[in-house]
Amino acid sequence: MTAQPPYGGGSVPAIEVRNVRRVFHQRGKLLGPAREVIAVDDVSLSIPAGSVLGIVGESGCGKSTLARLILGLLPPSGGDVLVDGRRLAEMDRRQRARLIQPVFQDPFASLNPRHTIGDIVALPLMAQGRLPRDRIATEVNEMLARVGLIADVAGRLPHELSGGQRQRVAIARALILRPRIVICDEPTSSLDVSVQAQILNLLADLRRDLSLTYLFISHNLAVVEHVATDVAVMYLGRIVEQAPTDMLFHQPQHPYTRALLASVLTPEPGLGVPEVGLGDSMPDPANIPTGCRFHPRCPMAIQRCRSEAPIPRQGKRAMVECLLAEAPS
Amino acid sequence: MSEPLLDVAGLRVSFGTSLAAVRGVSLQVMRGETHCVVGESGCGKSVSALAIMNLLARRASRTADRLSFEGRDLLTMTDGAMSQLRGDRMAMIFQEPMTSLNPAYTVGSQMTEVLTRHRSVSRRAARDRAAELLARVGITAPGLRLAQFPHQLSGGLRQRVMIAMALMCDPQLLIADEPTTALDVTVQAQILRLLASLQRELGLAILLITHDLGIVARVASRVSVMYAGQIVEAASTAALFTAPKHPYTRGLLACVPVPGKVRRDQPLGMIRGVVPKIEPGFAGCAFRERCDYAMPECASEVPLQVAAAGHDYLCRLPADWGTRV
Repeated sequence: MTAQPPYGGGSVPAIEVRNVRRVFHQRGKLLGPAREVIAVDDVSLSIPAGSVLGIVGESGCGKSTLARLILGLLPPSGGDVLVDGRRLAEMDRRQRARLIQPVFQDPFASLNPRHTIGDIVALPLMAQGRLPRDRIATEVNEMLARVGLIADVAGRLPHELSGGQRQRVAIARALILRPRIVICDEPTSSLDVSVQAQILNLLADLRRDLSLTYLFISHNLAVVEHVATDVAVMYLGRIVEQAPTDMLFHQPQHPYTRALLASVLTPEPGLGVPEVGLGDSMPDPANIPTGCRFHPRCPMAIQRCRSEAPIPRQGKRAMVECLLAEAPS
Repeated sequence: MSEPLLDVAGLRVSFGTSLAAVRGVSLQVMRGETHCVVGESGCGKSVSALAIMNLLARRASRTADRLSFEGRDLLTMTDGAMSQLRGDRMAMIFQEPMTSLNPAYTVGSQMTEVLTRHRSVSRRAARDRAAELLARVGITAPGLRLAQFPHQLSGGLRQRVMIAMALMCDPQLLIADEPTTALDVTVQAQILRLLASLQRELGLAILLITHDLGIVARVASRVSVMYAGQIVEAASTAALFTAPKHPYTRGLLACVPVPGKVRRDQPLGMIRGVVPKIEPGFAGCAFRERCDYAMPECASEVPLQVAAAGHDYLCRLPADWGTRV
């Protein structure tokens, strides 16, 4: 099956993922057989340059694996990833680093505790080996200022900074090579809400000023609604719905999307906690149900859903994968 | 008005001479109500909860003007009496159930221990009670779960086990410290609904500690907003969200992304700067360096003002600020 990318636009998409699959082999229990965990199962998507694709889903749905596949940190078991029109598999690490960079959730875990902030941000430039040292120092200082850090932060160590400052350092390091695309994997999930707002505003400014494209992964739907132009919903390794943000939030088609939206607790008193209606069975990527993989938790499932796997219904701007949903416009 | 179940006044906790974590917290929890303490990391909300339960590390020092539960003074209570009370009349659940469950014992043995420790019941009766509560918190096949170890359960199930365990002795007060922070949003909604239904049926009072204003709005009857070791605003939930008075509360509410509220090309509200380090002897408003309305007087004493009955805030600004043209 070749899925059509949801955009028919003329220019080359920043990211194109074609039928990508990733299987992990897990050692079995003591005497049991080895298990196959299908983390990403035949996913296709296309991100136009300059847009922000948000990816949402519960833990274990494969969203971080998808990010690592797109970053080239993990080879796919099948399918292709194209960045800026070129196959990721044919690029070397330096070329890849100039095009696409990550910002991860926990800046403390992703910054070397023994290196100064200046060295951490300079490292990608040093690895490229193209600039003399004094130019690197200038670039680093400019970038630190650009992400809202004062110059004397350069001499400090990660543990001397606050969580928000550390995330700014991670952003500076990601942008120092002037990439076109940034993969943000839960970039604000470990931050307090006031710091989260600072970082989200910074990411929005940087995108506008540097013409960046973001893939933005988050479990927080309200955050995704604020930053993303389009949203893809992942469930057990597949994208089950994708649509422009306003369309997805106002007219969700997939029952899983509706459940996720229902579970967003907005700060509105008097509304109580909604009934999400998903039941108690938790999804297990090592044991994907037959038919529609969502059917054991789906409040609308009919007999057909147990045996027949839905095929993606493609609209002009949106996609949904559910036997009961209408084809989107 | 009836007696509060938990009555805390002037609670102070410091760690050595360098850190004042809680600086005069006062709050009351009434029977059957949910009182939320909301604040960002390091504001002292968890330390306050631990101080109420007398579970602080040894190097911490705790003082209070008043600390009573069911009319009994917790300040003068012996450690032995306090540990009789904990897990019996007042119980606590934490953020990450995996770290508070013992990985080496089955769910059943950990749950029954709570009851056999506090009551003279047979193991058989304790096991029946455990199975009954597991069923009550929505766990199917409780008999099977009792024989399992914590690592065999999902995060949502583990938190349900923690809640069931906390209910073993039929407590009056449940202190829940970020009980859903480690869970997926769908599971979070299920756990919060469970807590609400238990509260209705058992008349349980809940002191819920969270950083999430969405949770506060949906479950609390009263809210205390903490900043740098103090409660800077306390009100009914409706009053806090419709007429917040403290600039910090207003700032926090503006930071939270709400679908459809702020246009995508517009920035979210922000609170500039960072929380100051509070040493013993710190004077004045701890928020003044970050506040757009700070006055020179804010560096000295800050008054506790009353905006309306049951709505207090710790700030110099008049109660009608921001509403006048």
